[in-house]
Amino acid sequence: MEAGPVAFIECVQEIPCNPCEAACPFGAITVGEPITNLPVLHGDKCTGCGACIAPCPGLAIFKVHLRYTETTSLVEFPYEYGPLPDKGDSVPCGDRSGNYVTEGKVVSVRNPKAHDGTAVISVEIPQAYCLEVRTICRKGRRHDGQ
Amino acid sequence: MKTTQVAVIGAGPAGLAAAIEVARVGGKVTVIDENAKPGGQLFKQIHKFFGSKEHRAGVRGFHIGEQLLAETRRLDVEVLLDSPVYALFPDMTVGYVHDQKEVCLKAEKIIIAAGAAENALAFPGSTLPGVMGAGAAQTMINVHRVLPGKKVLMIGSGNVGLIVSYQLMQAGADVVALIEAAPQIGGYGVHAAKIRRAGVPIYVSHTVKKVLGEQQVESVEIVELDSQWQPVAGSEKILTVDTVCIAVGLTPLTELAWLMGCEFVFVSSLGGHVPKHNRNMETTVPGVYIAGDISGVEEASTAMEEGRLAGTACAEALGLLDREGARELKALIWDRMHALRTGPFGEGRRKAKDQLIGLSMGGQA
Repeated sequence: MEAGPVAFIECVQEIPCNPCEAACPFGAITVGEPITNLPVLHGDKCTGCGACIAPCPGLAIFKVHLRYTETTSLVEFPYEYGPLPDKGDSVPCGDRSGNYVTEGKVVSVRNPKAHDGTAVISVEIPQAYCLEVRTICRKGRRHDGQ
Repeated sequence: MKTTQVAVIGAGPAGLAAAIEVARVGGKVTVIDENAKPGGQLFKQIHKFFGSKEHRAGVRGFHIGEQLLAETRRLDVEVLLDSPVYALFPDMTVGYVHDQKEVCLKAEKIIIAAGAAENALAFPGSTLPGVMGAGAAQTMINVHRVLPGKKVLMIGSGNVGLIVSYQLMQAGADVVALIEAAPQIGGYGVHAAKIRRAGVPIYVSHTVKKVLGEQQVESVEIVELDSQWQPVAGSEKILTVDTVCIAVGLTPLTELAWLMGCEFVFVSSLGGHVPKHNRNMETTVPGVYIAGDISGVEEASTAMEEGRLAGTACAEALGLLDREGARELKALIWDRMHALRTGPFGEGRRKAKDQLIGLSMGGQA
């Protein structure tokens, strides 16, 4: 995380699944056999390109760039709701429980045909929240997740 | 009378996969389905499938359905739609209805791939408009593009409850809560994580007490359960909803297998009464095979593999495949199925299936 952008694979259960392994162009993800093995990210090979984010059927892979600027981080996540935000939009960013954490600025919205409907959105947020922010809040800018 | 070599009942993933295996080696197959469109549950599955590349991981369910259908068309498989099968006769005749006329189809082999149906749940208010199966809601939103309601309570945290909750939100509904009677979530953690990220509270050890409303669902009362599964007095919560979706499991649709005289065994983890079958998916009635959820509730990926197994076994029995060729194909299928039936979720299913086959083979000694 100190060296640059890196993938975070939040896949913690042994389910038969391995598209992430083939998705990485740098061989930075291994699952092997049996395919229920948890994916292992090799940080030294990961360039933070984000190619693994859209192919994950569980939407469980994210990208974190801690020192995007001196004060902000960039967090990239898969997103399959409409309407998609636009580049430059200010969006309410949420944590893994959907709770509002901070305002964020949309830096990119990637939704090419190859993703088959899984858009990948990156938001710029204060560095302090880069390990929490994983989505755009569906319920607005409230703090109680309701 | 119409004749065919293999009659496949059900044009879902198991049935279509079975038909392809037989047609591929030159067999005449007729697939019969009661619905207006083929594909079974596949066309409702808009999420990306798991597994490995050979299981078509990363491909959305409905695309897999399209691929299977294209293959059946390429192989000239006859697919009869709007044709509910009402009977199977001991002389291997299939009786179905089409266009208000009764039709008989004589087959050499029959593969029953009729699938499973959602379980109901009875509670005060469960008959009010707005209470429905999660699968029914999924059909409405993903196939018919109709939103059944705006504020939903989902009952059940298996993969169906988790996935349909996500899809209801994609369709524009608000899932107010998901409740699960057991003390832990039943489905995949990554599916639960998706709905938690969307702010959906998951209340484990909770059940529905009653649904309130005059003409339709207006609110629902949920209650916590203690370690003995008894309601905890005073823990009731009222949630304002207009829809209650029930995702409490599926039960194999086995009527045709019962009619044909197949022997059954009760395996709770597979959904209840399931027909005995051997490693070729053949039941205790020679020439009658099963594949997919009818043989135990699992998922589309294993349904397709079981379909391929039944189809390959039929092709072998009809002399369209030699013994060695069939053995190799079946071994590959069993390998792929084994890969799906591993890990904390798959182990239980593999043991149940092994138990079912063990009981079936023992019974035929």
